[in-house]
Amino acid sequence: MDLSLSTVDEEFRAEARAWLAAHVPRTPLPSLETAEGFAAHRAWEAELAADRWSVVSWPERYGGRDAGLLRWLVFEEEYWAAGAPGRVGQNGISLLAPTLFAYGTEEQRARVLPPMATGEVVWAQAWSEPEAGSDLAALTSRAVRTDGGWLLAGQKTWSSRAAFADRAFGLFRSDPAAPEPHQGLTYLMFDLRAPGVTVRPIGRLDGRPAFAEVFLDGVFVPDEDVIGEPGQGWRIAMSTAGDERGITLRSPGRFLAAAARLRELWRAQGSPAHARARVADALVRARAYQLFAYAAVSRLLEGARLGPESSMNKVFWSELDLALHETALDLLGPEGELADGAWAEGYVFALAGPVYAGTNEIQRDIVAERLLGLPKGRR
Amino acid sequence: MRFHPDAGQRAFAGSLHALLTAAGTPAVARDWARGDHARGRALWSRIAGAGVFGLAVAEEYGGAGPHPVDLAVAFVELGRHAVPGPLAETVGAAVLLAGSASARRFLPELAAGTELATVAAPGGWAVDGDAASVRLRPAAEGLYLSTAPPGPARRSLDPARRLTRLAPAGELLRAAAPYDRALLWTRLATAAQALGVGLALLDRTVDHVRRRTQFGVPVGSFQAVKHRLADAKTALEFARPLVFGAAVSLRPAEVAAAKLAAGEAAYTTARTALHLHGAIGYTAEYDLSLWLTKARALRSAWGTPEECRDLVLAQGL
Ligand SMILES: Cc1cc2nc3c(=O)[nH]c(=O)nc-3n(C[C@H](O)[C@H](O)[C@H](O)COP(=O)(O)OP(=O)(O)OC[C@H]3O[C@@H](n4cnc5c(N)ncnc54)[C@H](O)[C@@H]3O)c2cc1C
Repeated sequence: MDLSLSTVDEEFRAEARAWLAAHVPRTPLPSLETAEGFAAHRAWEAELAADRWSVVSWPERYGGRDAGLLRWLVFEEEYWAAGAPGRVGQNGISLLAPTLFAYGTEEQRARVLPPMATGEVVWAQAWSEPEAGSDLAALTSRAVRTDGGWLLAGQKTWSSRAAFADRAFGLFRSDPAAPEPHQGLTYLMFDLRAPGVTVRPIGRLDGRPAFAEVFLDGVFVPDEDVIGEPGQGWRIAMSTAGDERGITLRSPGRFLAAAARLRELWRAQGSPAHARARVADALVRARAYQLFAYAAVSRLLEGARLGPESSMNKVFWSELDLALHETALDLLGPEGELADGAWAEGYVFALAGPVYAGTNEIQRDIVAERLLGLPKGRR
Repeated sequence: MRFHPDAGQRAFAGSLHALLTAAGTPAVARDWARGDHARGRALWSRIAGAGVFGLAVAEEYGGAGPHPVDLAVAFVELGRHAVPGPLAETVGAAVLLAGSASARRFLPELAAGTELATVAAPGGWAVDGDAASVRLRPAAEGLYLSTAPPGPARRSLDPARRLTRLAPAGELLRAAAPYDRALLWTRLATAAQALGVGLALLDRTVDHVRRRTQFGVPVGSFQAVKHRLADAKTALEFARPLVFGAAVSLRPAEVAAAKLAAGEAAYTTARTALHLHGAIGYTAEYDLSLWLTKARALRSAWGTPEECRDLVLAQGL
């Protein structure tokens, strides 16, 4: 076992660090969950992309650096340590892009990925429906065959940033007669500004219009925007879900940086004893998450695939994120009540972690059944 | 960077696992708890024969080491099988004696498994002083070999750990012993052993809840049961990279983090295991108890959670 980086990887780290030091905005951007912040973050994506830092692990022809997963981890460590802004393009980059790499056509990749890399097209994930949350396969939005494509009808909800995003990807029922709920689903991409689409923003816990309901009424999608084979949507979506819970949605760099900041905050507050154990545990858990990712990447590089262990990952990072932010707010004391601090904003974000990307109950079921081999119970 | 066990390490773990399964370690541990060391010593020499203690001993003294990563691999297996005896202490002793004038006198026997060593922990108790022939007592003036017979063995919460006080009289082996380094190795070995204890507790519990039926279905199909086991699995799988990361770096804070995480994961898994076995989990007769009690003992051995946290906070990771 070896944890040292090669010289080229270290050079890559140094290059990323230098670039970030010169480019990271000195004052934090406004929240990306607001219209103003969204625009500022979109501009930041463009700045990253101009020097090919927005998607380092992608092939060069789509705007990446062909840097591989290990260097992606290194980049993320530098990115978050530098205090760089959250990524508004994240849904597309960490969910849709891996799906297109695995199931898309070359034409789709060439068309979709470059503008995603630059932030020109920001994507929303349209999976959940009012009656299909944890039980995603219960979804009822339809895709009906028409000349040269499909017509969408129904309602999606909780689509992160759909209020400001450009396009969306999601699952639709294309064969209502299929015998099982997860059969007869088709995965496709559509335009959030197409005729027939109505987007209604929903205020989050803090009132920001971050996510949205999406009403679809006869929305046309050309065949070229179907991902994979019609009817095969479930299998494709489950691969995307693995990415969502696996390492790429929440990189270790993010938690390492937050844990380091938490330790500074604790010290700045006079190292109070009441938070000592929680601060230490946060440092240890962030490091564990980093090393777990290194181990996963080592296996991936040798040809393994991420399996249900992604579900452990999701439970671990969501709980770590919450613990980090709760500890910080407790350390801040009465100041922690102020809604505009970085810790407070992170706290509101972290509160949703155990809910989205499949709730932690659903993840624990997957761990128990698929990793431990326990019998399926009643859902 | 390549951060997962290679084929050789996986094979090493597999062969130890086979050896220990065949040895029937629960019965050996029960003998040991009664102060009957015969079968334990026989097993000990087979473990040594597989090269385990040699991983902490340099080649010139009959070892193959130092190889902390392989040592961690081995100690996970020793923990999984609840092997009794001063395992981590023998590793610590090897480090304390390395490079000293006494090295040649003790290390070949430790590597070969013909002698067992124990080391008095800060606070004074030594594990298995009645079974070990090399009893080391660290003191401010230097490292002593405790030559007088140890005090009577007292019971630990883990019946297979017998605690003794080492007699103060003895022979000064070296004036300045590498205590810090020895502590790192002992702590690392204990962390790996705790991880193994936790993994065994999880395996046995998964097995149990699949077989035990109530209300007409396996209790393992109930979500409250599944979720506790999923949490145990997650805690152990995130402690694992810390243990191996610590073995790679041997930095004090990393080793402390590994000890903290593995100790806590094993301990919470023990609580889960006891609970999900129901009343049978509360009995000494049932072999699960061997791991349950060891998880508690290892949690405070060679670095309590609080001591480990202090190091993490002081040094960062
Ligand atoms: C901030 C945020 C952003 C989101 N972004 C998106 C997005 O971009 N795109 C998108 O498609 N969706 C998004 N979601 C939706 C998210 O995926 C769903 O909220 C989630 O899948 C849970 O579904 P639900 O809200 O309908 O809860 P429900 O499914 O109604 O669950 C309610 C509670 O019951 C529990 N429960 C349900 N079933 C079981 C079971 N079988 N066993 C045990 N417990 C169970 C759940 O764990 C939960 O605690 C987002 C959600 C949030 C909070």
